[in-house]
Amino acid sequence: MKTKLYNKHVELGAKLVDFAGWQMPLHYGSQIEEHHSVRQSAGMFDVSHMLAVDFSGEHSKLFLQYLLASDVEKLDQDGRAAYTVMLNDKGGILDDLIVYRLPGDRYRAIFNAGTAQADLDWIDSRAVPKFAVEISPRHDLNILAIQGPEALSRISKLLCTSSLDGLRPFRCTQSNGFFIGRTGYTGEDGVEVLCESEQVEELWEELRELGVNPCGLGARDTLRLEAGLNLNGQDMNPDISPLESALAWVVDWEPEERQFIGRKPLTQEQERGPNRRLTGIVLEGGIMRAGQEVITDKGRGLVTSGSYSPTLGYSVALARVPTAAKGTCKVNIRDREREGRLVRPPFVRKGEKVHK
Amino acid sequence: MSDTPSELRYTNTHEWSRIEDDTIVVGISDYAQDALGDVVFVELPVVGDKVNEGEEVAVVESVKAASDIYAPLSGSITRVNELLDEQPELLNSDPYGEGWIFAMSLNDPDDYSELLDANSYDEFCSSEENEH
Repeated sequence: MKTKLYNKHVELGAKLVDFAGWQMPLHYGSQIEEHHSVRQSAGMFDVSHMLAVDFSGEHSKLFLQYLLASDVEKLDQDGRAAYTVMLNDKGGILDDLIVYRLPGDRYRAIFNAGTAQADLDWIDSRAVPKFAVEISPRHDLNILAIQGPEALSRISKLLCTSSLDGLRPFRCTQSNGFFIGRTGYTGEDGVEVLCESEQVEELWEELRELGVNPCGLGARDTLRLEAGLNLNGQDMNPDISPLESALAWVVDWEPEERQFIGRKPLTQEQERGPNRRLTGIVLEGGIMRAGQEVITDKGRGLVTSGSYSPTLGYSVALARVPTAAKGTCKVNIRDREREGRLVRPPFVRKGEKVHK
Repeated sequence: MSDTPSELRYTNTHEWSRIEDDTIVVGISDYAQDALGDVVFVELPVVGDKVNEGEEVAVVESVKAASDIYAPLSGSITRVNELLDEQPELLNSDPYGEGWIFAMSLNDPDDYSELLDANSYDEFCSSEENEH
């Protein structure tokens, strides 16, 4: 599959890769330069392979309160958004998503490309026949993420609007036919813009003229890793709960009577205490990669995402380790044990190093 | 199209070699550096190690993944490019110059002529590309 911007990517000389069946740009020349452009000014990502789904109808709120680990009741005004997860009956993570509250008792959630169809099947199977909710996959919408310290000023300029000045983080608004959320996946300020197919090429070109740098999925991955943000299918999966994925904070236990999917096994796990936790590792003198073994003072663990951090100049990783593990650790990199340090993510916050 | 200098010899694992008396200087080809993307870490061989043709001697890590570097021929490691500890990106910016990885003496200098010439290597690369 190809997004509406496929030809633009080819024109720019992108190295294309298959991602969940989509031909997506990995980078346009240098992944590291793209990474820096987002930390230092502004970059944009075509993430139209992700799927927006709208929920409407009498029971839309009630259904999402059942479907998601967070309570959408907390989105107490139109335009508010939250990061959350969708669990299976065992309390394992099916997908992570951002859910936005729209006017008129409607909601919009954005799902990962790799799990989009499975997510839809799951949602449909859980909606009928109990809930009066209409579920509309928005295959017609394109998604651009514009990220970086200068992202907001550039997009405001483009839209000739001051309406973004008051747009706080995790809020969304509509402007000139665009749906704009002040959200992202890079650890920088920025927005995610959803628009119809006929608008997206022009938006892309205008942003380029304003000096917003096209960035590929490669830079998106190193940016999110530095920011300590999980990637579904890698740092979390249907066999692992949010409690073991550093996502306990998204689970709303109150009110007690809210019976969301996965609540019961999750409650039991919470009571006995999770065996493992997802945390960070920093390491110099080698590059950590997913699947490498971690040896801690409390037993063994596994790197779930690892790479080189362009901002820091050394390797950072997310790893699932025994809950009580702390301090230094060893990581088995290509049959050599290298010393690293367990740290709490993020590794980079607003362009700055977090751990000394 | 990648740059393949005709005065060098190549392997089908994408190392280039340049003969200087009875030693060869070894690096990775322009085609290889382009395929790897930004190189961020190089694990160099140890000077004095005896290595056999086809043996893994170094590791080049790009942002994407780790790749093994193989000894093009049999012999001993004589020098390594320590500049790469601080500037691994030289493999991308100057793969045939400052981005050299190591030098090795050859057990039999005549072996050099068995390596691929530039034309054969280019053909190999295009056939590899067509498979993808």
